[in-house]
Amino acid sequence: MSNLDIKIGLEVHTQITSLKTKLFCSCPSDYRGKPPNTNVCPVCLGLPGALPVVNIEAIRAALMVALALKCEISDVLVFTRKHYFYPDLPKNYQISQYDGPGSIPIAKNGYIVIGVDGGLKKVRIRRINIEEDPGKIVYPTGSLLTSKYTLIDYNRSGIALLEIVSEPDLRSPKEARAFIDKLRSILEHLGLVNTELEGALRVDANISLAGGSRVEIKNISSAKDVERALTYEIIRQSKALETGEKVRRETRHWDAIRKVTVPLRVKEFEEDYRYFPDPDLPPVKISLKLIEEIYQKLPELPDQRIERFIKTYGLSDYLATVLVSEKVLADYFEECVKYCGNPEIIGNIVVNDFKRWVDEMDIEVSKAVKILTPNQLCQLVYMLNNNIINIKILKEIIPKVLKYNKDVNTIVYEENYIDISNEEVLMRIIDEVIKENPKAVKDALINPKAVNYLVGQVMKKTRGRANPELTNKLIIKKLKELSGTP
Amino acid sequence: MIILSKLIRKGATELVELFKSDPRLIEEYIVSVYEVIDRVEDLVRSYITLRPLNEVLADGAKVRETLTNGFKGRLAGLLVAVKDVIVTKNLRTTCASKILYDFIPPYNATVIERIIGEGGIVVGKTNMDEFAMGSTTENSAFFKTRNPWDLDRVPGGSSGGSAVAVAAYEASIALGSDTGGSIRVPAAYTGIVGIKPTYGLVSRYGLISYGTSLEQIGPMARNVSDLALLLSVIAGYDPHDSTSLKVRDLNYMEFLKPTPMKKYRIAIIRECVSEGVDNTVLTAFNRSLRRFEEEGLEVLEVSIPIIKYALPAYYIIAMAEASSNLARYDGIRYGYHVSVEGRTWDEVYTEVRSEGFGLEVKKRILLGTFVLSAGYYDQYYLKASKIRKLLYDEFMKLFKEVDVVVTPTTPTTPPRFGEALTDPLKLYLLDTYTVVANLTGLPAISIPSDIVNDVPVGLQLIGPRLSEGYLINLAYIHELKSGLKDLVPTAVSGYV
Repeated sequence: MSNLDIKIGLEVHTQITSLKTKLFCSCPSDYRGKPPNTNVCPVCLGLPGALPVVNIEAIRAALMVALALKCEISDVLVFTRKHYFYPDLPKNYQISQYDGPGSIPIAKNGYIVIGVDGGLKKVRIRRINIEEDPGKIVYPTGSLLTSKYTLIDYNRSGIALLEIVSEPDLRSPKEARAFIDKLRSILEHLGLVNTELEGALRVDANISLAGGSRVEIKNISSAKDVERALTYEIIRQSKALETGEKVRRETRHWDAIRKVTVPLRVKEFEEDYRYFPDPDLPPVKISLKLIEEIYQKLPELPDQRIERFIKTYGLSDYLATVLVSEKVLADYFEECVKYCGNPEIIGNIVVNDFKRWVDEMDIEVSKAVKILTPNQLCQLVYMLNNNIINIKILKEIIPKVLKYNKDVNTIVYEENYIDISNEEVLMRIIDEVIKENPKAVKDALINPKAVNYLVGQVMKKTRGRANPELTNKLIIKKLKELSGTP
Repeated sequence: MIILSKLIRKGATELVELFKSDPRLIEEYIVSVYEVIDRVEDLVRSYITLRPLNEVLADGAKVRETLTNGFKGRLAGLLVAVKDVIVTKNLRTTCASKILYDFIPPYNATVIERIIGEGGIVVGKTNMDEFAMGSTTENSAFFKTRNPWDLDRVPGGSSGGSAVAVAAYEASIALGSDTGGSIRVPAAYTGIVGIKPTYGLVSRYGLISYGTSLEQIGPMARNVSDLALLLSVIAGYDPHDSTSLKVRDLNYMEFLKPTPMKKYRIAIIRECVSEGVDNTVLTAFNRSLRRFEEEGLEVLEVSIPIIKYALPAYYIIAMAEASSNLARYDGIRYGYHVSVEGRTWDEVYTEVRSEGFGLEVKKRILLGTFVLSAGYYDQYYLKASKIRKLLYDEFMKLFKEVDVVVTPTTPTTPPRFGEALTDPLKLYLLDTYTVVANLTGLPAISIPSDIVNDVPVGLQLIGPRLSEGYLINLAYIHELKSGLKDLVPTAVSGYV
């Protein structure tokens, strides 16, 4: 998998979930969980005679994103009709934006900086479009490929979407994932997108290998899946290239359940969308004053926050970056620190334990922070600092809290996790261990590093409750007694 | 034989005053209009959907009650015919197309809300060229409407049904829509007045789109006062239409003055009175000019050579927009439906659109699709847009020198059935003088210029943006001097 031969460009579609209403009508933008086709009106159903009126808040949101991604902003807002026949599109054209004669996207030529293998990389943003989301096609008896019939739910129709298109600057699935993570964090920090909502963030990925053709993968809904889908494609395409098979220019569909891409349609030529400026929506000037005003109000963005975390809290680059990669995580960290200080310990716990288990258990961070609340985490830190529990036990407790949703104190007492710091008790166990491991004792007498093995044995016997430092001290003391040196 | 109420010949403005002093007259008025409809509708066929008398009487009774309680609705009790391109809540709206033959809108167009709010009553939905594509109303998917002046002639189009409903006394006033002359051409052919307002003056919300950037809803009436009345009600800013102009509501009745409200300078465009104009039309036109001159108004001749590109530019823009606007008719959500069992989306779309649209509509969709295609866009649509801009600039320049431009509304008198349809280019020429106002967004009114050989001829006045008031003033003066108002067409004269 040579990185040099791979070119990846991403098209990210993100709903602006912070908006109260759809892009061109006054239907609520909170369409999830409503009975099908109840969150609709003549405008978003495209009924004859109905006309769109742009939601000015959506424009402000787009401008915030454009500024955060360091884009050039158009001085005029133009909407363009993009024509194609598909049943989820009630007008059979989508009101979107376009870079061409008479049309211009709201913003172009920006960039995002991502972390790659310890270094930084600038990924160029080609353009940002504001457009309307289509309705949703429902496959009641299977999937796109297998369902016997389809139903259409227009509740989503007309939701404000941003299409953010990168240049093909990405060189590996890992970079693609880092790009999505960073973009997602920016959108979260701007307060525009709740990326945890199903369908709020959708990605189409374009990938080509040297000697092959451009393949588009549609319908990817998470950063993790972007990495998976691209990895799958690289293997598939490089195998094909190796065997001399032709890689067709085509659109493929990411099957998130089977974790494979499947062919959707062959692209023999560029589809003709017959773009032309939407005459229902006359161009509107975007004033410098408005841009200035929005710029002034921009909240702290991820890069600034990482820097602040490093400076203010003394965190490592790595910890700061991981924390800020998800806004909820960074907020959680800061709340804990506000509560009980100890930024370094908390940073480490949040990244290495909390985040790790949340990922492993596949729960949403926003839910997890409500289980292991800052208060709960701070109690653990307190117990650690006061030698009530040790770090090893703390690491065991975290998944249990997340799994059983129990109070940390309850777990500590129920599981009898309290640290053994009683010298008498510890000495009794150490004596046992020394008796049982004569060879190790002999080694430890020669090589001080071998002491660790004995400490480990004590930990094993106490199920981790033995205070490691005290144990270490007591073993060394015992060994010295054994060797007879004063 | 039933003796018709004398209310039937009265104008809308006069009727509203009568109803205010005696609200009980509304019922008599409604019944008599339906009697006229009973007698003439079979001859002329204006309505695609006519509301049942009892429903309309019930609406009338409600208006009567509100009037008794002091309601001051400007259209209280009037029967308004509405072109079937404007959506009406719970009242079938077909666009004279098979593809919408059973479409019952769940909402009202803004203009309908305004009319109802002023006590007006929708009497029915009038015939038109399918999706407003045509100049004769012959392109209706359902039936042809006849000209009440000569039943062998077309009434003009595309708002032919509304024009005839008003001209034949089947309604007091009507709404039409005008994309390239669709109000003014049938107004001219049926001896009534009709105005295409400044683009953005009247809300398009609820007007089923054909050529979005060109079209406006406008009033049609038997005299200038009634036209001013209806325009006053429908004009004004609407937040549901992004192209709506933020203007204060105006009362156009204030412009019904018997003398010129300013020293209008009137321009004739040389290119519109030279080639291809019927002699009868020209004679009538000159007579109208003299009426203005008699009022001491200056008439001068100007030349706008670029005007010869107006028609092709108009058709490219209109068809391009049509191909986009009409994409939504696919039979999935409403309208003409076919079985979907075991078929792909594309198969269903193809069948619905092949069977649901008429020939003229399909032709314009195809041409519009072509001119928007990659590689042709610059050559056609973009070029047409440039001509449009140039034409607008020319008119802006001209209006620094003059106040109004006059032309015959059409170069010919109404064609006989089939006459126009055989040659599409000749048919499109009917719109030569009218499309200019749509391309430039300027207001234009058509008024009767003369009756020649028992057939009306129309005069068009084009003014600067938002000059509707002055156009109405001039139209009113012409009406007073010519006596051409509340005309009774020959074919229905025995019935009204």
